[in-house]
Amino acid sequence: MATKVHMEALSPTMEEGRLVKWTKKEGDAVKSGETLAEVETDKAVMELVARADGQLLKVVVPEGTTVPVGNVVAWIGKPGEKVDGAGAGGQESGAGEAKPVPAAAPKSAPAPAPAPKPAAAPKPAPAPAPADATRVKASPLARRIAQDAGVDLKLVQGSGPGGRVIKRDVEGGATRAQVAAAPTPSSRLPPLGVPYEDVPLSQIRKTIAKRLAASIGPVPHFFLTTEIDMERAAEAREALNKQLGEQGGKISFNDIIIKAVALALVQHRACNAWFQDDHIRYWNEVHIGMAVAIEDGLITPVIRNADQKSLREISAESRELAGRARNRRLKPEEYTGATFSVSNLGMFEIDHFTAVINPPEAGIVAIGSIVPQAVPEGERVVVRRRMHLTMSCDHRVIDGATGAAFLRTLKQMLENPLAMLL
Amino acid sequence: MANSFDVIVLGGGPAGYVCAIRCAQLGLQTAVIEQEKLGGVCVNIGCIPTKALLHSAYIANLLKESKDFGVEAGEVKTDYGVAMKRSRRVSEQNSKGVEFLMKKHKITVVKGMGVLQPGKKVKVGGDVYEAKKAVVIATGSRVKGIPQIGLEINKTTVISSDEALVMEKIPATLAIIGAGAVGMEFADIFNAFGVKVTIIEALPRILPLEDAEASDALSKSYRKRGIDVIAGAKVTKATAAKDKVTLDVEAGAEKKQIVAAAVLMAAGRAVNIENVGLKECGIQLTERGFIKVDKNLQTSTAGYYAIGDVAGPPMLAHKGSREGVTVAEIVAGQKPHPIKYDNVPSVTYCHPEVASIGLTEDQCKEKKLDYVAGKFPFSASGRARGTGETEGFVKILRDKKYGEILGAHIVGGHASEIIHELAVARENEYTVEEVDLAIHAHPTMSEAVAEAALDSLGRVIHI
Repeated sequence: MATKVHMEALSPTMEEGRLVKWTKKEGDAVKSGETLAEVETDKAVMELVARADGQLLKVVVPEGTTVPVGNVVAWIGKPGEKVDGAGAGGQESGAGEAKPVPAAAPKSAPAPAPAPKPAAAPKPAPAPAPADATRVKASPLARRIAQDAGVDLKLVQGSGPGGRVIKRDVEGGATRAQVAAAPTPSSRLPPLGVPYEDVPLSQIRKTIAKRLAASIGPVPHFFLTTEIDMERAAEAREALNKQLGEQGGKISFNDIIIKAVALALVQHRACNAWFQDDHIRYWNEVHIGMAVAIEDGLITPVIRNADQKSLREISAESRELAGRARNRRLKPEEYTGATFSVSNLGMFEIDHFTAVINPPEAGIVAIGSIVPQAVPEGERVVVRRRMHLTMSCDHRVIDGATGAAFLRTLKQMLENPLAMLL
Repeated sequence: MANSFDVIVLGGGPAGYVCAIRCAQLGLQTAVIEQEKLGGVCVNIGCIPTKALLHSAYIANLLKESKDFGVEAGEVKTDYGVAMKRSRRVSEQNSKGVEFLMKKHKITVVKGMGVLQPGKKVKVGGDVYEAKKAVVIATGSRVKGIPQIGLEINKTTVISSDEALVMEKIPATLAIIGAGAVGMEFADIFNAFGVKVTIIEALPRILPLEDAEASDALSKSYRKRGIDVIAGAKVTKATAAKDKVTLDVEAGAEKKQIVAAAVLMAAGRAVNIENVGLKECGIQLTERGFIKVDKNLQTSTAGYYAIGDVAGPPMLAHKGSREGVTVAEIVAGQKPHPIKYDNVPSVTYCHPEVASIGLTEDQCKEKKLDYVAGKFPFSASGRARGTGETEGFVKILRDKKYGEILGAHIVGGHASEIIHELAVARENEYTVEEVDLAIHAHPTMSEAVAEAALDSLGRVIHI
């Protein structure tokens, strides 16, 4: 009799897996232990291996599809052997079925599994999603169809009462599942005209979101600090202001930092994003929130499309907005909609600090004072104006390396202001 | 302006008056125009009085068998006139109830025949009423009969349900043409009151819209009670004399002459679309003669909506009421959940009752659906045995792959009540497993629903 290949729990916390790629085709001979497919788990892309010798008779789950742990994904057997195609999944994992799952046994075979499996791992995943913040409302019928078709209900827009997912929402399941198959945003800004792109959360993103949010408050922060040499920026600023002369509208360090942050975000779209509970919104526009201290609090007026504005424009706009902010004359649309923020306490002689992210934005940079420091330069010690900059990142959106790459670009731009012209 | 309202509803039947109440709940100034009594056909000459008469019939039949239950009632005498008068009182109470509801919701009731005018206006006699938001057409339907078989309703020997509901004296013999809900219910009533009833259906089986097994069960039950059931029958000749009607009937190869003191025409209804000003307002009709509406029940003229029988089949009070609620919510700017026309329960209140929802088994076959039928007879139900209502069954058609409830059919005592468990299940997309998982009280007729669900899964308990 043909052997079922199940979606296995390839990590201790894995509840479902996305079939990234079949490495064997229907009809291929397979040996026990050979890799059949690549599966994206909540942690990484792992290999699903054969638990029997024979021929890969039938592939039940197409590439790009997400299925719960325990579902049948393929059949292995003797060439020409018939398999029960209809029994491919749904029935076995139906809640309330008292039938034992016969194929649980082969799972105890030695496996190159990376982590020790909890004892309950081979049991079929129950149809309802676990009770977490992203619980999906769906009809029992829709759940069954989605499970069978490998559609992730979290990605489906429900059309029933109160947004409940109903049958007709999952009937076109395959196409929706494919949308979820390409969750990474393009890294550079696409051409103008599309204000943003909504990218569904990938398995790993979802796990990050869930775990980190549960561990450190609603927005899981982490911080990256770098020291930036502002000597050249200071020189450039002095030159520019000299040229502007008595025309007024002097350029501040803050204006230069806003401009540099905006331009760096253009290159690092992954940091120019909003966390939106079930998806991440990667903005194609750069709107910089500028923290302004006011009498009994703080407000962040927004410099819109800061990446496209000249230093003079940014300077004029920030001065004007800050002035009105202090007088409490800002309109709501002037202090909402930022995609990233800058908080500067340099004027208060703060060396460095960490800023709290303004949700749903995913990041904010905190700017300390620019202070002369003795810096070794070759054999000598020179005095240069330097500052500390600390970026707070929402770990649900930005990972350490992502934030670091952005900071490197920002640092390069500030240390060599000509880079901004590139 | 006294004659200006947000919404004007033309017709005070179950579609119209429910629409008006929902409008009022949503803060809309509403008027209902009705030329007869409030409540429409349903309350006055339809659902409600027939249910009263059917209960009289039920009591008559119960008393005839009461000796078996250890209760002797002596000789059972029936008087249709008394039953009829009681049914009229029930209708009257219900119509008064609707009047009270109109007052409670501060809905203006205008007595008279309303005629639509362009610009969301309705003329009643010499007065013109204007709607600021919408005019809702809920004029309903009426008995039409089937004149093509050569019998015009003459209200003496050839009658419709309208006359049957107000008769003082009943004929000794009655032929009923049409074995849909109306024909079946009157056959049940008149049989219980001692009339020799013959029921004639043109389609191959009685209750032609129900599942074939339901038709079979009813045929058997009726024949057992002495009702002649002739299906697949064509009336080739009909002659109405002063005190009798002669029908020549062909059923397959068989030819038969039926002579009855009266004929009840229990088929054919016409929608009330004449003389209401539809054409003047540019409101179009469908090919079948209903008012053409879009998915929001708006007619071809903006601001005019149609609900109930005039908006198309099924011509059922509860379908019309739901349309009334939906239109009220649309007019108030809400986004109501779309009406699922494939989830409207259908009930015939004859004995045993017949209730159904969704597809019949034949429809599943036609659609080539992969289904499994689960069935549980009431003869295996402890409760049914106790009450002596062992006729009938619950039948559930489930999708083989996902367990979706494709259709459900109940024949038996209280079928009209039991069906709603399945209506709720289907509305919420519960599968047969959720129906079974809900614990059913024992002993009840409703247990048969859970058992039928289990039977479709191959694990029925009590058979």
